[in-house]
Amino acid sequence: MNDLRRLPVTAIPSLALEGVGFAHRGQTLLQPLDLRLTGCQRTLVMGPNGAGKSLLMRLAHGLLVPSRGRVSWEGRPPRQAMVFQRPVLLKRSALANLTYALAINGTPRRRRKLLAREALERFGLAALEKRPARVLSGGEQQRLALARAWLAEPEVLFLDEPTSALDPAAIQAVEDAVLDFHRRGTRILMTTHDLQQARRLADDIVLLYGGRLVEHSPASDFFTTPASAEARAFIRGELVW
Amino acid sequence: MPDDANAFQTALALIMGGDPDLLGIVMLSLQVSLTAVLIAALIALPLGAALALWQFPGRGVAIVMLNAMMGLPPVVAGLAVYLLLSRAGPLGEFGLLFTPGAMVIAQVILVLPIIAALTRQQVEELHSEYREQLSSMGVSRSRRIPTLLWDARLGLTTVMLAGFGRASAEVGAVMIVGGNIDGVSRVMTTAIVLETSKGNLPLALGLGIVLLVLVALINAAAHLVGETAQRRLG
Repeated sequence: MNDLRRLPVTAIPSLALEGVGFAHRGQTLLQPLDLRLTGCQRTLVMGPNGAGKSLLMRLAHGLLVPSRGRVSWEGRPPRQAMVFQRPVLLKRSALANLTYALAINGTPRRRRKLLAREALERFGLAALEKRPARVLSGGEQQRLALARAWLAEPEVLFLDEPTSALDPAAIQAVEDAVLDFHRRGTRILMTTHDLQQARRLADDIVLLYGGRLVEHSPASDFFTTPASAEARAFIRGELVW
Repeated sequence: MPDDANAFQTALALIMGGDPDLLGIVMLSLQVSLTAVLIAALIALPLGAALALWQFPGRGVAIVMLNAMMGLPPVVAGLAVYLLLSRAGPLGEFGLLFTPGAMVIAQVILVLPIIAALTRQQVEELHSEYREQLSSMGVSRSRRIPTLLWDARLGLTTVMLAGFGRASAEVGAVMIVGGNIDGVSRVMTTAIVLETSKGNLPLALGLGIVLLVLVALINAAAHLVGETAQRRLG
């Protein structure tokens, strides 16, 4: 279970957002911001609901095109995967969801089942391989989404509030998985509004508030000596969600 | 006016007796309509899915046209195919007019817009749910067509049934291009028209009952398949 064959060690390209802003129907949802993410860190994006966290993730992952500014990877774009708040699974069995992902990334047919079963095993879903993905519990569905991302061997993994709809045991499983990804050499970019979760997982913190980037600092600094008034209020739990 | 009991008795006797003429008519009806639905589906399923996935200028017009074609009067479709296949027509040399082949062609024209338009709707709806996930996984647009068609398979069964319903119920198109020739191109609907106009109401009614039962059976089978799949797939 814990043989974490590390991904081939090549430097993960840095992500640069330069003056990136987003507007929809004349409404500015994300103020122009600059952000540079380097190395194999675990970056947690925090902020109240509507702060623009999900938007930032989608812009960085390339699901949305910014209204202004530029999102770029230094060198080549890395292999990426994203885990959403509500997992979108295909109307097929758990196993078929994984073999589909393998087919998409070009894995030869004869190796797909084996790899998929390994991933199911890793995420504690082996007994459920024949079950339709859509009838699994919320926690199981999210683990299956993580298993699918695992098979993509991403260099960068985006997670958008992956635990906000889950019970404590399922949250623990997701957090363990995030750490496994990181140990395998995957850069993590994850949103949460759970302060404790951020303390447990983060190397650095990005704080958004009202569509603005307020602060980006190492987790240790953020929690002990926050630079901005918003961060101080946020840590004291005074920022209204 | 014959009494209904008599008509039903005649109908039952025909069905139970396994009347070879009746059997021939029923088999031909099924053959023509099922072939038409199969051919139409092979074209319309990917076409509908493509229409759901691709944005292009004039897409709105194409969708409206397709939806309008769902209401194409069978006699008009029949007339168009008749003109194409008649001796003097562009496809006259194939000698298809008044054969089951011509009837299949006419029904394909009737069924194709229904399957394509409804498929477009269903696939578009499913894709709005899948879009981000598929984009995140880097699934190309042409690869999404089989993915979405397969995942929408439950709803698409109903779509195919709607197509079969239209094909098996219409009379105008098969009458014009088939000619209702005994033993060659006579199907249930054209036979019903003929027997009714001859005043042979018991036989017409008998055929009507057979048609109803067949359509009901096919729907029941599809429903069962759908239910089972629904239970298994959630």
